[in-house]
Amino acid sequence: MSIVDARRVLDRFLRTDPSDVGCGQAVAMLHAYVELVVSGENPDTQHPGIAAHLQACAPCLEDYDGLLLTVRETGAP
Amino acid sequence: MVAAPDDARAALDAESAAWVEGLAARSPDRDSALSRLHLLLLRAARTELTRRAPGAGISGPEVDDLAHQAADDALLAILRRLPEFRGDSRFTTWAYKFAIFEVSSKLGRHFWTTRTDIALDAAQWERLPARLGLTPESAIEAADLFAAVRSAVETNLTTRQRDIFVALVLDGIPLDALALKLTTDRNTIYKVMFDARRKIRAALVTNGYLAGHAEGER
Repeated sequence: MSIVDARRVLDRFLRTDPSDVGCGQAVAMLHAYVELVVSGENPDTQHPGIAAHLQACAPCLEDYDGLLLTVRETGAP
Repeated sequence: MVAAPDDARAALDAESAAWVEGLAARSPDRDSALSRLHLLLLRAARTELTRRAPGAGISGPEVDDLAHQAADDALLAILRRLPEFRGDSRFTTWAYKFAIFEVSSKLGRHFWTTRTDIALDAAQWERLPARLGLTPESAIEAADLFAAVRSAVETNLTTRQRDIFVALVLDGIPLDALALKLTTDRNTIYKVMFDARRKIRAALVTNGYLAGHAEGER
């Protein structure tokens, strides 16, 4: 890794997206977001703010991964 | 599709409507519905805990114990918030969400049972490159860049922003565990960190360490 890589990694870590809705709104609609994914639809068009949030928030992404796995294991809608 | 009594609700699919009716306070099938829902929540919590157990350092009977706690608390949360179910997913997907959240909450609590050695006021700046996944070599090459980050944290952030940055980034405390420690919630910590990241980046751009793209530009 070079200084260019370090700068790129740091920039990605620090960059914020103004469309990010935050944890509150993201978790409030996480079930609908996951169900769109399971249905094969693109949830990012309906919920761009949640998509932006999941790119930046590790705990919400962890919950998303867990819910997606659970729904997939119990059968798609 | 069955129309829900609440106008704010979408039309519920038959299975979701049956859950809502079965869990209603005056339903003759309530006990059966509660048992079946608890079973589903327990299964979801077990699956989630099994997935996250290695990273959380838990195993064996502790997984099952936490799964039962998560399922019990999720069931209570669902009953409390049942009037809020609007049908924008199947009922079970909405319900599983509470089991997943309870697992996250339990793991945040569990963190402090095993990590009593963390002092929230000790900033270990030498850890920053590794926390970001960088090699020691790149850390040496980019020493000026990381020194600028430290300077921005120490001069541009509020005390609360600085403390939370140090706890999350340098100490590696999981966000849910930190929220628990500070008796607040995930959203509040995230918002503080969001603002901190924005301010640090702005300082680095001003001082020529990062390119000056506008916020949100990818």
